[in-house]
Amino acid sequence: MTSSRPNRIDDRLDAAWIWDRIARAVIFIGGISAIVFVVAIFAFVAKEGLGFILQKLDLSFFFSSPEWRPAQEPEPEFGGLALIAGTASVTGLAMLIAVPFSLGVAIYIGEFATGKVRETLKILVELLAAIPSVVWGFIGLTILNPIIIDLFDVPVGLTVLNAGVILGLMAAPIMTTIAEDALKAVPDSYREAAEAMGATRWQVIRQVVLPSASKGLVAAILLGVGRGFGETMAVLMASGHAINIPTGPFDSARALTATIAAELGDTARGSDHYKALFSLGILLFLVTFVINLLADVLVRKGASDRS
Amino acid sequence: MADGTQPRPAQAPPAGPASTPDPSAAAICVRDFNLWYGDFQALFDVNLQVTRGKVTSLIGPSGCGKSTLLRSINRINERLGYVRTSGAIELLGQDILAEGVELTPLRRAVGMVFQRPNPLPLSIRDNVLFAYRLSRGGKTRRADEDQVLQKALEEVLLWDQVKDRLKRSATALSLEEQQKLCIARLLPVKPSVLLMDEPCSALDPKATRAVEELIWKLRGEYSILIVTHNMAQARRASDECIFMLMGEVVEHTATGEMFVTPKHQKTADYIEGRFG
Repeated sequence: MTSSRPNRIDDRLDAAWIWDRIARAVIFIGGISAIVFVVAIFAFVAKEGLGFILQKLDLSFFFSSPEWRPAQEPEPEFGGLALIAGTASVTGLAMLIAVPFSLGVAIYIGEFATGKVRETLKILVELLAAIPSVVWGFIGLTILNPIIIDLFDVPVGLTVLNAGVILGLMAAPIMTTIAEDALKAVPDSYREAAEAMGATRWQVIRQVVLPSASKGLVAAILLGVGRGFGETMAVLMASGHAINIPTGPFDSARALTATIAAELGDTARGSDHYKALFSLGILLFLVTFVINLLADVLVRKGASDRS
Repeated sequence: MADGTQPRPAQAPPAGPASTPDPSAAAICVRDFNLWYGDFQALFDVNLQVTRGKVTSLIGPSGCGKSTLLRSINRINERLGYVRTSGAIELLGQDILAEGVELTPLRRAVGMVFQRPNPLPLSIRDNVLFAYRLSRGGKTRRADEDQVLQKALEEVLLWDQVKDRLKRSATALSLEEQQKLCIARLLPVKPSVLLMDEPCSALDPKATRAVEELIWKLRGEYSILIVTHNMAQARRASDECIFMLMGEVVEHTATGEMFVTPKHQKTADYIEGRFG
């Protein structure tokens, strides 16, 4: 009797088993591809630029001179200070605008708004994050430019101020979303406990919610900084794209990213100029990598502190 | 929005122990109280009194409105935003639902202990002093704070265990210690009433016993209203007992009486475990 029954334990080649294997393989490839792409991109950028950095580029000159004349004959100059200062000043100004703005919106959405208002605001913020950067650049070029010229009575409106405002508005939505997630992760029992002890809404936010969300909020700010650092098109269009160490918000400037975008098409593949642009790419890659890593560590630390 | 209490209408006296209470009044007096969550009515014409200086337990099956009633007395229910009420709740003779009553002083006069211990993610010291500092508008002297801190922690029998780690996070304490801390942090602002929402349900039997003993010790100085699912606890640790069912008060008598000779059949069925 028992011998005629099929041996179920060994019989693994049924449809469910096959689909399980296929699904696992597809998911594994999908998961691993993210790592593969990151490594491949870094390898490509490093291959094009690393040799140049190590052999030809005068690093002390690069970090101390604003003279960026990559096409100069016979002796090109690769001074990156103006570009670094341009990126830093535009990003810094953008953060001055985006940090208070996005934290305010996040606190309003997370702590005050309810029901339909809250849902509508969240959708609008996400919509704002989806506006293409070239559109923001266009706004900087055609709307903000004349406004700055009229308002401050300056000859040129394509300046650090223009690019900073545009970049701040661009970075604010993503920062708002991350900051709001951080506030949402604060257990409601904390708020309830504090309110039951007679704290006002603002006291609850100030003394309980913000401190316990602080790591997530810092991560939100860092991601905004990373976004500002890496942004290209809007900065290219709004900053004036002039090689110049800016001394004030009404000076034009040029960003690292914008330099690569504007010049790479004109260079001969394998030339020093081409490789110098890849060196800028390596610098950008390293900076954004460190910022994102830091933000990620903080988000994880914030989550583990609460549990 | 300023870092302080909201502007207070001049004519409305704040609810609280500071403003001359009627000495003959019950600690809490609920009159014809109805409550709706949106369209759902959770409480029906509730009338009850909580005697001063006694422990009153509130029992009944899940969903009968015990917690809702408890959370109406410090008006923390209103956080939900879709709660409507009618009737009156008097705290030491003052209607706390009247127009113009400020929530901040009300919540200092009525301390609440929650089902899950919910210390704030601050140090033990900052937790105990949280309400105290709020009540003083943030202007407290270190020496006063130290004194208040020690007194509150001694009152809940926690001082000896935590006196060497006051700067450590309160969330690292055991659940029993956390719940005692949650009681301790209410005491510095001298509430007249303590509301406890199943304060032992997250604790093991030994911790339950310790917290029950603490509640019994606080009796007299504070009027305590405690919601519990635990019949034995109601029997052990309360003077009076209120049985609720489907949003209504069925029976309110001395605890000894209720567990020996319940007046209503429903009460008898519930305490004998035939439903609930």
